[in-house]
Parts: sequence; C-alpha cells; structure tokens
Amino acid sequence: MVLESKVAFITGGASGLGAGIAKKFIQEGARVIICDVDAETGTKTAQQIEGNIHFYKMDISDEEQVKKTVESVVNEFSKIDILINNAGITNDKLLLRMTKQDWESVIAINLTGTFLVTKAIMRDMIKQRYGRIVNIASVVGLIGNPGQANYAASKAGIIGFTKSCAKELAGRNITVNAIAPGFIETKMTEVLSDEVKQYYLKLIPMGKFGLPEDVANLVLFLASDQSSYITGQVICLDGGMVM
Amino acid sequence: MALFDDVRNIIVEQLHVPPEKVTLEAKFIEDLGADSLDTVELIMAFEEKFNLQISEEEAQKLDTVGKAVTYLEDKTKT
Repeated sequence: MVLESKVAFITGGASGLGAGIAKKFIQEGARVIICDVDAETGTKTAQQIEGNIHFYKMDISDEEQVKKTVESVVNEFSKIDILINNAGITNDKLLLRMTKQDWESVIAINLTGTFLVTKAIMRDMIKQRYGRIVNIASVVGLIGNPGQANYAASKAGIIGFTKSCAKELAGRNITVNAIAPGFIETKMTEVLSDEVKQYYLKLIPMGKFGLPEDVANLVLFLASDQSSYITGQVICLDGGMVM
Repeated sequence: MALFDDVRNIIVEQLHVPPEKVTLEAKFIEDLGADSLDTVELIMAFEEKFNLQISEEEAQKLDTVGKAVTYLEDKTKT
C-alpha cells in the first residue's frame, strides 16, 4: 500500500474522476477527504466507497469556505499530504455565443478554485516539508477545442500554475504536477454525440477512450513517493492523441 | 530582550542557523542564507507567534533581524 498513513484531499470528489481517485487512494491505505458542492452525491459516494473516507461540502470558488474547510480538515486529521485539484466544470459554447458570464463561471471554478485550494493547503505542506499536488488539466489545455475556449483557457492556466508552484515549492519537498486526460468515459464526455465521439476516436492512435481507472492509476503514481523526483510536469493520458 | 529571544528562536528554527549568527545587524538573505520562500515563512512565523498581520509592503522592508525586532516591538506595544 503506497499511501499508508497519508492524508489526501480531493476536490470534486463526489463523482467522476474524483470519486475514482478517492477509491484508488483508499485501496492504497490513505485517509481520504473528498470535497464537492454536491452534498447529496458526495455523502453517498463516501458511504459507497467505505473505509477512511470523509465528505466535506465546499465551493472551491469561495475563499472563506475553502479556508474554513481546510482548517477543519487539518484540525481533524492533523495534516494534508496530498492535494488533488480535480474539481472542474464545462460550459461549452462557440466563442461568438459565449457571454462574459459563461467565461467567468468556468475560470472561477477551474482556475481560481485551484488557486484558492492550493494556497490554503500549501502553508501546512511547507511547514511539514512534504507534499504532493496533482492538478487535473486536460489535453484541450494544450491543443484547444472548438466550443471550449473558456474550459481550454482554464486548463492551460492550470498548466502554467502547476509549473510556477512546482518552482516555488521544489525546495520544500513538495512536488506539483499536472495530468492532461484526453477522452475519458465519464459524465462529462457521456453527453457528446456519437458523431463527435467517432470523430475523436479517429484522432486517438489507440482507437479507444480512456477509463477513470487509467486516470486514478496515474494520479496515484504522482501522489506517491514513487514519483519523488518528478515535478512541474504535464503528463498526457490520452491514448496517444497528443504527442 | 524577551522579544529578541523569541525572534531569534524562530529564525534559528526556520533557517537552521546557529543562534550566535542571529545578530541585530544580520541580513536574512545575505548573512543567514534565507531564500525568498524562507523570508515569507519567517514573516508567517512572526505573524503566528505575535498574533498580528504584517502587510506585504511592510514585510519587504524587514531585511535584517534588527528591523524585524524593532518592527515587532513597535507593533506589540500595548
């Protein structure tokens, strides 16, 4: 069990990739805190996964809520070793139809939320001279995607944020990496039409979509001590789509 | 001098320097080997210890042990 005695904090942990990561971490011996705005699903997920998993309701774009939640988690669990910045939303529209509000809602959660949670947690990581931060970016942050200017910008922002954090925190034994999933079978990609899915399948050399399990495996590696000399990297997880 | 002792203890712990190097004239970066993140951590440690808020602007000016001590003495006067 590679995460024995570690405490992990996962945003957007109620469902999708976050819940998959939580499950994997529990199997590897970590104590896991999942946060989400969706309290109903979050509570259910924590019950379903079982083990040392705890749900906290939190809106990552609300600085006060983030501070309070992190404070109570640190009080309860005495430390946070691993942070997975996973929470994110989409609000797809072609640029011509995208309002300022469409833009800001995605940036507020995906990018500003990542900043707020990282900032709230890094202080304790610096003090304890240990930390693993994994940010969930996306291949669209590297290659762009029509209809996702807001989402792609937020994910590209996360990549720049990851590298800056990695440089600032490297001397404190804290690694910060990002992963860039391509098409993973989740609720977020379920809504795509068959036509769009077929189009993207052609762009994926491996000819298939990824599974949440694939993401959880990579995140586990980056959150463990097996990756202790890797920082500031963006690792694509996309069946070879971007290379 | 109780305040100086507290400040020195924090610096010794934070920067892993021998106490005798922590003089009022010592500069955090040049003489005590602090990097930029160390200086932020020191400010945070002072804030915690003395229960006060030090603005970024004020923090920038505190580049020696002496300046930090004077500043903290001033702020903690009741």
